[in-house]
Amino acid sequence: MTKRLRLCPLWAASAGALLLVSFPATAAPRTFTVVIDKLKFGPLPAGLRKGDAIVWVNRDILKHSATAADHSFDADLPAGAKVRTVIRHSGAIPFVCRYHPGMHGTLQVK
Amino acid sequence: MHIKTAFLTAAAVAFASPAGAADAPTDPQIAHIAYTAGNIDIAAAKQALARTHNRAIRSFAQEMMRDHKAVNAKALALVKKLQVTPQDNPTSQGLSKDARATLQRLSHLSGAKYDRAYIDNEVAYHKTVNGALEMVLIPSAKNAQLKSLLQTGLTLFREHQAHAEQVAKALK
Repeated sequence: MTKRLRLCPLWAASAGALLLVSFPATAAPRTFTVVIDKLKFGPLPAGLRKGDAIVWVNRDILKHSATAADHSFDADLPAGAKVRTVIRHSGAIPFVCRYHPGMHGTLQVK
Repeated sequence: MHIKTAFLTAAAVAFASPAGAADAPTDPQIAHIAYTAGNIDIAAAKQALARTHNRAIRSFAQEMMRDHKAVNAKALALVKKLQVTPQDNPTSQGLSKDARATLQRLSHLSGAKYDRAYIDNEVAYHKTVNGALEMVLIPSAKNAQLKSLLQTGLTLFREHQAHAEQVAKALK
């Protein structure tokens, strides 16, 4: 019994090491917030990775959208709404408010 | 081109009161002018949606309808909250008169001629209203919440002006 107890931490450590070797560590997806106010998209998050999420928050009194040019996300944002979208691929993703073409930006995804 | 000039002149006269002048508009008058200006563009958008098949023009008119309705709804809620009764005045009356004449004139046009007249008028109208907001209405507004709503309106209408100019430029 004593011997088995002593071996347990060893087994656990070995299993952990095996997991580390077999599955390279991947960072957990993160959630960022982009605020829309006075017909402008606020600061865009730096260091975005595929799988991260963006919560778009519309603080204006008008309806907006955050619509990717490549259709990889499309958040329709009535006044005061919050909508979560997930980044599906890496690279530069231009987006626009489809109701106000003067509102636009580009997400840079690693 | 002369149509646009005529409209601009009429609208400029309507908004002539300089900020700080003895006849500067009061808050109830400013609320009435802003609301009237929004309604005028909603009426113009309704006419456009009934008369045009041009995709860019329809999209722009839908934007005008949606945004001006939203701002006017906010303005109505604000005057109710502040217990202010919007007051009719010569500027509002002048704007309405000009707008009726413009709607009447445009009602005789169709196709590409209508599209050109509508979008040129939208560029001119937003330019004039934005100038009036910046130079007269915002500086004259006493109530902070009214002033803030007018500033939001100015930001929005500048975007509208830029969009109208973009559509006008692309129109064949």
